[in-house]
Amino acid sequence: MLKPLSAAVSIALAVSAGLAAAETKSSVTIASPWEVASYDPAVAGYAIQKLQIMENLVDADVTGSLRPGLATQWSVSDNGLVWEFALREGVRFHDGSVFDATAAVFALTRAWEQPGVLKKAPISEIAALNGKVIITLETPFAALPAFLAHATTIIPATAAFDAEGKPSALIGTGPFAVSAFTPPQSISLVRNEAYWGETAKLESATYLAAGRAETRALLAESGDADIVFTLDAAGYSHLQHVDTIETSAVPIPRVVALKVNAGHPFFNDPKARQALSLAIPRDGIARAITRFPEAAANQLFPPALSGWYSAEIEPLTTNIEAAKALLADLGWVAGDDGILTRDGERFAITLRTFPDRPELPLIATALQDQWREIGIDLEVSVANYSEIPAGHQDGSLHVALYARNYGLTPDPIGSVLQDFGQGGGDWGAMGWENQKVADALRIIASTSDLDQREAGIATVADVLQQELPVIPVVWYQHTVSVDKNLQGVVIDPLQRSYGLSDMYWTK
Amino acid sequence: MTIFFKSAIAVLATRGLQAVIVAIIVGIVSFAMMHALPGDAAYRIAAGRYGYDMMDAAAAEAVRLELGLDSPWFVQLWNWLGQLAQFDLGNSLVYGTPVVDEIATQLGYSLLLAAGAVVTSLMIALPVGIATALNPNGLLDRVTMGLSVFLRAVPAFALGIVLVFIFAVKLKWFPVAGFRGFENLVLPSFTLGIGLAAVSNRVVRDAVVDAMNSDWQMFARTKGLSMRLTLMRHVLRNASLPVVTYVGVQLAYLIEGVVIVETVFAWPGIGHALVHAIFGRDIAMVQGTALTLGLLYVALNLCVDLACRGIDPRERA
Repeated sequence: MLKPLSAAVSIALAVSAGLAAAETKSSVTIASPWEVASYDPAVAGYAIQKLQIMENLVDADVTGSLRPGLATQWSVSDNGLVWEFALREGVRFHDGSVFDATAAVFALTRAWEQPGVLKKAPISEIAALNGKVIITLETPFAALPAFLAHATTIIPATAAFDAEGKPSALIGTGPFAVSAFTPPQSISLVRNEAYWGETAKLESATYLAAGRAETRALLAESGDADIVFTLDAAGYSHLQHVDTIETSAVPIPRVVALKVNAGHPFFNDPKARQALSLAIPRDGIARAITRFPEAAANQLFPPALSGWYSAEIEPLTTNIEAAKALLADLGWVAGDDGILTRDGERFAITLRTFPDRPELPLIATALQDQWREIGIDLEVSVANYSEIPAGHQDGSLHVALYARNYGLTPDPIGSVLQDFGQGGGDWGAMGWENQKVADALRIIASTSDLDQREAGIATVADVLQQELPVIPVVWYQHTVSVDKNLQGVVIDPLQRSYGLSDMYWTK
Repeated sequence: MTIFFKSAIAVLATRGLQAVIVAIIVGIVSFAMMHALPGDAAYRIAAGRYGYDMMDAAAAEAVRLELGLDSPWFVQLWNWLGQLAQFDLGNSLVYGTPVVDEIATQLGYSLLLAAGAVVTSLMIALPVGIATALNPNGLLDRVTMGLSVFLRAVPAFALGIVLVFIFAVKLKWFPVAGFRGFENLVLPSFTLGIGLAAVSNRVVRDAVVDAMNSDWQMFARTKGLSMRLTLMRHVLRNASLPVVTYVGVQLAYLIEGVVIVETVFAWPGIGHALVHAIFGRDIAMVQGTALTLGLLYVALNLCVDLACRGIDPRERA
């Protein structure tokens, strides 16, 4: 009798000792839909930056305020044309080589020559002088430091390029170094012990690209992934009932919007665009398709875009009768089949959208149904997203539905200028120009005077709300699930960082 | 043995010549098909590279200039063939990495998954097929038939999700997705293997039934061989010919046609890569992948031919 008892006791002791000795986890697995298959900052920078492998000269916190990164401070000459960035000393890349102005200038020059944000800035020269990076501009551009926080301006080591200057490795200065890279699905990271700042608490991390939302939800539920980004509506509501994980939805500065060809005879009157807007069931779409009722976009700039969102602006509403009245004012008359006609022409148009964001085709068909009520025959064309800029360029586009990120850089002026400045933009206004907006944008881009900026932004927001060259539909929420034992997780609305270096396990 | 080797060398020579012809035809046809697709290639490649947040007309023009997409089609094709003659598949137009590197990684994972699926399917199909064939039209045969129809009809994607839910989420026996080790291979292999076994168990069953009804089987039994010995010595060897050929066909299907399963299990396979390359209009990657798959089919056919010659002496004549 004693023997089995003593055996049981010793097993129990061994188990409890084992439990006490069990170490706290030191690794994290992140799952997200985005595949990474390139070493090139211009192509894969968004993932390299988020995983903290490479860093920028300028960093930004979750509110979008700029803070020193690999540059400790920066200043601009009185005429606003010459920017000087003083670099952090004693920083080494993961391969042990020294970070200096030469490496920074090489990386930035490459970024400037590639398609990306720097190409949109009025830069005339990037040079190294006395250990500093000097960027000379053609016209004053106050948002330059914010551009240097963008994912395409991260700084790789010189050794990250091959003899022909092509990117061939992922070597940066960040708190994590790459230990294995299996494109396009996975990146394994280890802590950079020689990091210039506070070293990460986690020893290692794995990034897994899982394209299907169902897979990501199952990864979260099973605990195979500790943090899962971008859940679909069904997965998100299911995971809210799983005890081991916490879900959250963070508003981000991305908006689903309709680009309207204001040069087209159907839409060249603002009343026509207002009618389209009045016939968008924003609340229904936000409730039933994207499932965040508070995200119905009653103005273009989302609340996550501090400084640009305005609580005072009169919100866009849905009113089918008012939409019909506006179109009737413009001379449209309903035909036998209920579709409007004017001068013998039917109100039949095509909407271009793409399936990469699965909610877009759904929203498009909701619009198709709703606009039929006001007499518009809408054909939905779901294709590659490049059909939208292509249609903008050749003028064949009627309307397009897409998601636009106004938080690409901490200061959205770059994107806004591109979309609503002179000539409009591939992902912005088409056949529409407004001198007041163009002037205001020029001032916002060139000044750092807060009052002037604020007045300019108010003008832009107000005109866009009246004229509707681009009609907002819903704002985005960034959905995330996190293991409850993982602490220090901060979800960045600007999506610049997963914040791996601040995470730690309590168990 | 010498007869076998002579016949094997003849097969090798034929298949070798086939391989060269396949390489050229696949290269030209995939090039022509990519060019025939609607839409501007520069825009598609720029979209694949920079994503919709960064892609615009200026990026597309930069891509057109960089890749020389303005040059006439025959110049582009000639350049590719010239590179191919030097065993150079070029760089991915979207990612900039050498095509051969991408294919090497992804083909390895695809072959691993295909092998896992075939082994799983054979583990199910052989015993089930033989057992049902020993009593054709019996209860087991009918039940298996119904089950096979059902499992073949279930889409692999749905089956995969159900298996993950049961064995990864609820029982926690295997991981959901990824490819960290052998345990990651189990669920995708079963997902594919069950679908394959649903058909191949019927092929095994029919082959065994045919063999069991043959004159030579009767003769073997009449001359006094036991049922077991007849089965092992004569029936299985004869029945294995159609089964080996069918497994060859299944392998070909597996290597290229498992995109959905690769996507569900976040498995970096070549089918997934090919689909992405077509969307991104990554001509170099499409040509490289199609070429690899074409040559792989030739190699598979070769293996099946050799295996059949090994099994059936009549083929060596």
